[in-house]
Formats: sequence, structure tokens, C-alpha cells
Amino acid sequence: MTEDGSIFFQLLVERLNYFIYIVLLMIGLWAMIAKNNLIKKLIGMSIFQTAIILFYVSTAVKEDATIPIYLPEHDPHGTELNSESNQSGGMIHAPQVLEASLVSGYTNPLPHVLMLTAIVVGVATLGLALSVCLRIYRAYGTIEEDDLLLELEKEDGRKAGGFRKKRPRRMPSRGGKSKDKVRKGTDEKSKSGQVQTRRRKSGPSKPTSTKSNSNSDTQGGGEETEKPPEKTISP
Amino acid sequence: MSDHIVWIVLFPLLGGVACSLFGNFSKKICYPLAVGSMIASVWSSVHTLFQVIESPLHQVSYIQGGWTLDLFPRGVGIEFRADLLGALITLVVTGVGLIVVLYSKVPVQRQTPGKEPLYYTLFLLQITGLAGITLTGDAFNLYVLIEVAALTGYGLIALGSNRAAAATFNYIILGTIGASLYLLGVGYLYLKTGTLNMVGILEVIEANNLHDSPAMQVAFVLVLLGVLIKMAFFPFHAWLPKAYCHAPTTTSCLLAPLVTKVMIYVMIRMILSVFGVEFSFESTWWAEVMPWLVVVAIICAAVMALAQREIKSMLTYLIVAEVGYMVGGVWIYNYYGLVGSIFHVISDACMTLCLFLGAGIILEKCRTTHFDGLRGLFAKMPLTMIGFFIGGFSIIGLPPTCGFFSKWYLITGGMVSERWEYMVTLMFSTMVMVILFFRLIERIHLAVDESGKNLGKGHGDLGLTDEQTRFDEAPLSMLIPLLIAASIVIIVGVYNQEVVNLIELFLEDHNLPTGVTYK
Repeated sequence: MTEDGSIFFQLLVERLNYFIYIVLLMIGLWAMIAKNNLIKKLIGMSIFQTAIILFYVSTAVKEDATIPIYLPEHDPHGTELNSESNQSGGMIHAPQVLEASLVSGYTNPLPHVLMLTAIVVGVATLGLALSVCLRIYRAYGTIEEDDLLLELEKEDGRKAGGFRKKRPRRMPSRGGKSKDKVRKGTDEKSKSGQVQTRRRKSGPSKPTSTKSNSNSDTQGGGEETEKPPEKTISP
Repeated sequence: MSDHIVWIVLFPLLGGVACSLFGNFSKKICYPLAVGSMIASVWSSVHTLFQVIESPLHQVSYIQGGWTLDLFPRGVGIEFRADLLGALITLVVTGVGLIVVLYSKVPVQRQTPGKEPLYYTLFLLQITGLAGITLTGDAFNLYVLIEVAALTGYGLIALGSNRAAAATFNYIILGTIGASLYLLGVGYLYLKTGTLNMVGILEVIEANNLHDSPAMQVAFVLVLLGVLIKMAFFPFHAWLPKAYCHAPTTTSCLLAPLVTKVMIYVMIRMILSVFGVEFSFESTWWAEVMPWLVVVAIICAAVMALAQREIKSMLTYLIVAEVGYMVGGVWIYNYYGLVGSIFHVISDACMTLCLFLGAGIILEKCRTTHFDGLRGLFAKMPLTMIGFFIGGFSIIGLPPTCGFFSKWYLITGGMVSERWEYMVTLMFSTMVMVILFFRLIERIHLAVDESGKNLGKGHGDLGLTDEQTRFDEAPLSMLIPLLIAASIVIIVGVYNQEVVNLIELFLEDHNLPTGVTYK
């Protein structure tokens, strides 16, 4: 086999898992950096994290190995051993440490366990990031990064120009929460319609629409996420 | 009683859970709960520090779940381990947390009304994460705690305005990249060494002589890159200024002094206790490159700080510059540089806290931190401004404050290892800081606005009414934490020798070069 051929062989056969994880990692990184849509960035983030999970889990795999649950012939709870050597009280029911030769029949459980934690962390991060996205969308009406940056520049410029004048911002105001929970079931439709009309308007909101905005902000309700305008979702 | 080390983390954790449970019934209970658990946590960390000093090996270790070393090999079970460095930084973390939680009462009610239970829950979990990072002796556990601290940090920032939420998004993306790279690096470490315990990793590296292994180099690069992103080292700093600038007052008071410093602690921990000094500085080319990156970082951050016209955003760029100081102190590979770096972590936490508390009060009273809104503040709030400028003078490095002494060690380190570029950059940055803070003093005393227009009617006239310059101090619950922070800056400065002695005791067995003729 030629020199190139052996590298090819190494990459695609011997180390295929590492090859794939690097490719996934780069796809994720690229999506996070280059994509314009915030949700697509988050998808990239998920791919990035999943690639690392793939890396960890694939390192645990061995040829001809079984899942890491004690085989019966390996004396799982140390009963035979304990009856012979008569160990101290606290240790009787503890599993015994296996010899190296016996361990080779099992896959390594530790990377799997670590990745369970990493998956939980990933889910938490994704959930938080999506809720932040939702807030950005409600505040600025877009999840495209270019438009968002324009909006932010406008806002920053306004602040720097006349810092004393406080712009009537659509800040969530308190108070309507408990009342609204009761109302939520009954006139869901009329409320979502109201919010949709508000979103079409640009510029600072009127006092009447401020209230509906506050409701939507404090609740984080699901019904509004269903109807984003078509313009912002399409790439 | 060696359990104090666990209670440092458990008190805020349980307090946070209690806040989220009882906060729904009564919002008033959250503040005392948070203060109580922070006081308990500070008490435990003081206790741990004394335990560490008294113990013969200068470390306290606690292995969770009863997987103790006499029954199981090292690496089974998660270990909490405090040596002198860890105990000192833990004390800083919990101490800053206590001061900020005392300060939180008024601004949290005003800026995020109705969200007090959420705020205090996230606050206490943040402390849990940060204190856990400084105490844990397990490389993977460190990742989890980094993410705990990061997730609560995102939440705390996004509690603020919509602008803050937009800034949080960048933070989430970059923070996740950083933490994931760290995780990947830990994966390679585990592959090569077969353990996740930090002490165990170092033992295996030295026993099997893994210094030249390419996988270890990859692990080192990934871990370091991840940590550098998380600490906002210059090219990766993009998330920090906007996030901290637009965050609610108390959030930035908590995060700004702690998060970046704790990540620098992680870097020092990784270099000294996981990869080992020999591997970090001699098997890789990083020691050659990093000081130059630091030079670029400090200069860029200082220049960007000069361009800001708001106190809070100016301070955020100062943090980026200070991160450059500390990273440089580590990477000039010298005993004095590392002493300076660790001491600077402590003193920078104190003085950044001081500045952000001061800026928070200014924002609270004047509703702005723009330079144009500062005229006559010395007449209006003399105590606040004194506290604020003690922090400022410490950043510059004026003698009685702690900033002077840490910078002294950093510059000594630069001189001893003949890293002149680092030394000159420190001097340059000091000059910039002088300009930054004396410009503030000037803006407070002169009646000229940002566009150069003269507002007063001549000498000494600020163009303000008597109403505007009347004595009108901040509420005591905000003022007292600021003054405590300011006095800590001075006390740590005066008693710097005590702190440095502890750091030197810690660095004794790490074989760092001390240069030739110094001392």
C-alpha cells in the first residue's frame, strides 16, 4: 500500500469516528460563526456539542465487549470472595474491583456517564438560548443577525445621542400575571391576534399594546411561538 | 471537622433551592435567605483557609460519596480539594458574593421588580458554581461547574433590559464554545491518563513521561483555548463588554469581579496542578507566543477603554485589559510573575468590585453613567465618589492600594525573566488608566460637556443649580458595601505581605525559575 493509501486507510477505516467528529465539530463551528439566523446558530451549537459527545462515547467502545453490567461469572456482589476472606462489615455488599483481564470484556462506562451530564448541560444551554431568542424576537421583531445588529445600533445611537431622554421602551411591566393566567384559556385567540397586529406596527408601542406585551413577556407562553411572520423565518 | 470545605458550596446551593421554593409565597424572605447563606458560606471558607494553613501539607481534601482514599484508588469519586491557592480564591469568591448580596436590596427591587426570587436563586447558584470551580479536584466536575456558573450568568444578565438579552446571546454562543473546547481537552486528557482526578492526571503524566505525546499537546491547546475564551482574553473578548455593560447593576457587580478571575484561576490550576509546570512551559511553544499575545491584548483593550464615553462600558474594557495583565503574569514563566498574577487575581477582584459598586450607585442616583451626567458628583455624593476612586486608584496602581503591590510583582517578574515587551506594555497601560480616571475627575469638576461646549459661567461654576449639587448620598444598603469594598482594597494593600506569604508558600514546591540575582 502506498503512503497516501495508508493515510486514507487510517482516516476512513481505523479512525473513522475521530474523522466524523472533527467534521461535525467544524460544521457546528461554521454554523455558529457564519449563519445569519439565530436559531441556525443554535442548531450549530447543538451539532458542536453532539460532536463532542460522539467523540467521548466512541472512545469507550471496544471490540467484542458487552455493556458494562457485571456478568454473573464475574462474582458481581462479591459474595464468594467475602465468604472466603471474611471482610469488614461495611464492605460485604459492595461490588468487588475486577482484575484487568476481566474488565476487558466490558465497554468503558465512564465516558457514557460523563456524556449523560454533558447532554443535560447541553439541553439546559439550548433551552436558555431559545428563550433568549424568543425575547430578542419580541423586543426587536427579528431573529436575523444583520437586522438585529441594525436595530441594536439604532438603539445604542439613540442612547448615546440623548441619554437624558428616556425612550419609551417596551419593558415588561409587572402586575398582569396572575390575572392573565385565568384569562389565558378563554380568549387565547383574540389575544394572539392582538399581539400580531402590534408586531406589524413599527416604532414605540402605544400604552394599550404595552399591556399585552407585558403579558406575553412574563408568561413565555407557547401560543405565540407558532406564528412568527414568514419574512423572518425564511433564510 | 474537615467538612467545612463542602459547606462552602452547599450553603449557597441549599439557599438557592430554598429561594426558588419559598420565593413564590413570600418575596421578602429571599433577601434574608440569600444574606444568611452567603454569611455561612464566607464563614466556612474562612474556616477552610485556616484549616489549610494549619494542616501539614497545606491542603484539605474531601471525597464525596464516601469513596475515600483508604478504600478506593484515587480517581474513584469526586474530590473537593483546597490548597492555599484554592482556599484564597474561594474566600474572595464568597466574600465578593456577600458584599454584592448586601448591596442588592435596593437595585434589584428597582431594576427587576417582581423577579427577586429568580434573582436570588440565580445569584446563589452562581456562587455555588464559582466556589465549586475553585474547590473541585476533578477535571470533568470542573466542566460541569463552569457550565453551572455560565448558565446562571446568562440568566442573571438576561434578567435586565432587552438590550441585555441581545448581548446574552453572543455570550451564550461564545461561552458554549469555550466550555465545549475545555470538555474536548479533558476528553483527550482522560484518554491518555485514564483518570479525571487532577492530582492523578499529573502523577500519570510524570510517571509515564507523556510530555512529548501529541495527544497531550492537543489536550493542552484545547483546554487553554477554552479557558481563554471563557476569561475574555483579548481576541475572544467580544462577548464581555456588551453583556456586562447592559446587565442589571447587581449582576455586573457580581460577574465582573468574579467570572474572569475564576477562569484565570482555572488556567493557573491547569498549568500548575494538572499539566505540570514542565509540560506547560517547556514542552510547548505557548510560552514563547503568549507574552506577545498579551501585549496585543493589553494595548487593544486599553485603547478601546479610552474610546468609551460611559463609565460602565469603560470599566468592562478595563476588565479585558486586566485579564491581559494576569495571563501575562502567568506566561512570562517566572516565580515573581506568578506571585503577581495570583495576587492580582485577588486584588483585581476587590478593586473591580469597588468600581462596579460605585458605578451602580451613580447609575442609581443619576440614571446614567455617561460622562456628561457626572458634573458635581463630588458635592452630591462625596462618600460614593471616594469609594469609587479608591478602586480607580488601585487599578492605576497608586501605593497604599492593593493594585500597586500586585502590579509591582508583575513588573518584577517581567524584569527578571527579561520580558521587556510585557513590562513596557504594563507601563503603557498604567498611563492609559491614569488618563481614564483623571479624565473622570476632570469631567466631574469642569463644566464642559462631551462635545466641548462650555456649560458654566466661568471659574468654578458647574452650570448646575443648588438643587443638583446638594448632598444626596445613596441609600446605606448600597453605600456601606461600597465602603467595605474600598476599605478591603486598602487593607489588602497594607497587609499585602501576609497574602504574598501564603501565595509563596503555595508556589514553594512548583520549581519555578526565580531569575538569577534578585532577592
